[in-house]
Amino acid sequence: MNKPIVTVRNVVKSYRKGREAVEVLHGLDLEIAQGEFSALMGPSGSGKTTLLNLIGGLDRPTSGEVEVGGERIDRLSSRALARWRSNHVGFIFQFYNLMPVLTAQRNVELPLLLKKMSSKERRERAMTALEIVGLADRAKHLPRELSGGQEQRVAIARAIVSDPDLLLADEPTGDLDRDTANEILDLLGTLNTRHGKTILMVTHDPVAAEHAGRTVHLDKGSIKAGEEAA
Amino acid sequence: MEQILVITLQNLKSIPGRLGTSLVAVVGVAGVVAVLVAVLSMARGFENTLESGTSPGNVIVLRSGSSSELDSGFQGDQARIIAQAEQLALVSPEVYVIVDLEKKSSQTQANVPMRGVGADAAAIRSDFRIIDGRMFEPGRRELVAGRGAADQFAGLAVGNTLEFGTERWDVVGIFESGGGSAESELWTDSATLQGAYRRGNSFSVVYGRLDDPGRFTEFKDALTSDPQLSVRVERESEYFAEQSRALSTFVSVVGYGIAVLMALGALFGALNTMYTAVSDRAREIATLRALGFTPVAIVVSVMAEAMLLALAGGLIGAGLAWLLFNGFTVSTLNFSSFSQVVFAFAVTPGLLVQGIVIALIIGLVGGLAPAIRAARMPIVSALRE
Ligand SMILES: Nc1ncnc2c1ncn2[C@@H]1O[C@H](COP(=O)(O)OP(=O)(O)OP(=O)(O)O)[C@@H](O)[C@H]1O
Ligand SMILES: [Mg+2]
Repeated sequence: MNKPIVTVRNVVKSYRKGREAVEVLHGLDLEIAQGEFSALMGPSGSGKTTLLNLIGGLDRPTSGEVEVGGERIDRLSSRALARWRSNHVGFIFQFYNLMPVLTAQRNVELPLLLKKMSSKERRERAMTALEIVGLADRAKHLPRELSGGQEQRVAIARAIVSDPDLLLADEPTGDLDRDTANEILDLLGTLNTRHGKTILMVTHDPVAAEHAGRTVHLDKGSIKAGEEAA
Repeated sequence: MEQILVITLQNLKSIPGRLGTSLVAVVGVAGVVAVLVAVLSMARGFENTLESGTSPGNVIVLRSGSSSELDSGFQGDQARIIAQAEQLALVSPEVYVIVDLEKKSSQTQANVPMRGVGADAAAIRSDFRIIDGRMFEPGRRELVAGRGAADQFAGLAVGNTLEFGTERWDVVGIFESGGGSAESELWTDSATLQGAYRRGNSFSVVYGRLDDPGRFTEFKDALTSDPQLSVRVERESEYFAEQSRALSTFVSVVGYGIAVLMALGALFGALNTMYTAVSDRAREIATLRALGFTPVAIVVSVMAEAMLLALAGGLIGAGLAWLLFNGFTVSTLNFSSFSQVVFAFAVTPGLLVQGIVIALIIGLVGGLAPAIRAARMPIVSALRE
């Protein structure tokens, strides 16, 4: 196994619901190796999104450690965490979350606005990312002029445009038909094998999980024994 | 910086999708600004009228204890003493009466000031000019009417004959005097008016022009210390400023009162618009945050949107007030003299700026709370929506 890019140690996450705290993750441990393509499966409500958000630095654990790329992100200030996210992770959402008023290319450029670079360089990088996902010819289209699969490709281009090591995808094919889903999964596979991206993908779809080299099963906030598959 | 600019532009581009609520804010702010500017321009116009046409060397002498020309009065010999003051370069002892004329707009009777003037009167009002007909001839029952009076009251056309008091008067000319309050008046010569109104040799006031504006105190002291006289001596500009104070204060207070109430309404409109904008776009904002955009950028972009909507409203409101009211002429009762003053609303650049500043304040206050809410929304829960 390569050295781990993600190390989750004894992570507890609880949410406040009114007066009582509901514990969603119960002392969870997980390692993801550099270059791995992992699927995270489990019943609804088992805490998959919660875990993904912790690894992506969108939320903080109640206790425990989250180390990504050698950095203890659970200890970062929110400012530092925001900067860390913009440099080290790309997010892919089930509903794409593109900005409806921006063209595909502008959507892809968004993460680059946080970096010092000329607008020309931004445009070139965005076009490169769009080429990788096969949508260079749709650069000037608005999201509503694209199909669901194309929208997700734009979202993937946005996730990779600042060249992060780690891609986090929450049910990226959850809203797509089988064929389109397979195209997206193939694209993720390519990003993994050819571009060396480490990918953690939440999915309910066993077919999707087959594209991943490894499947982690989550149940009621704990990793199930015998998680390794494929 | 660029991140702020881009998400602000993005907010603005999404306004067409929220046109309804955005318009509510714009219209609300426009209403506030239009009303405020209109009302203040009325107060300003009134002040302008009473203050313009005055010049720094001009003085007015009234009987001590009188509040206006109407209740002031001197015997002829007192007027002569005043007129002979050595500091005066020009002097005009004047008789001031009120006549009834019909207001064109409402066809009701109104009090119009009529002034019997001395030979220097026109020279003292620096911008006095006959614009139609000719000047009255002393000793004849002739009058000239101020431009404002001629506009507002019936029968004041050159060639007309009017009846009031016990006499018939020929209207022989129309004059202007730099937009000042004299334009609301009718003028004839003082001896004629004394005769027509049985005033004997008495006068109401003495107007004068000092040979040097710096000698005002000297002039004032000389008259007030004269044992034969009991007078109140004022610079013309101060006298008129004081005359206009009551009405312009009243108008300003009412105007600001209405504007504050409307502003509260507009503020809630703006708050509602921005809360809607923020909650409509909760997932977009959370996505931006996930990508690494800072809460500051979110706050600024929401504020910028609120301020721009408010600015649009402010410009529309100020523009409307300017189009509808600038130069709009009305006559009203001057509380201080109980006679009609004709004046034009003055929508000055200063008032327009004031209106737009109010609009921006509404935008600022209305945008702040929604902006902060947007920035503090937990990313993960907003992403679930
Ligand atoms: N912000 C929150 N506040 C309170 N409870 C929350 C919050 N986020 C998640 N939860 C709860 O945590 C549990 C796990 O949620 P999570 O979204 O991680 O599950 P999931 O495995 O992603 O489910 P799904 O497959 O339906 O997406 C659920 O019971 C959910 O109600
Ligand atoms: Mg989930």
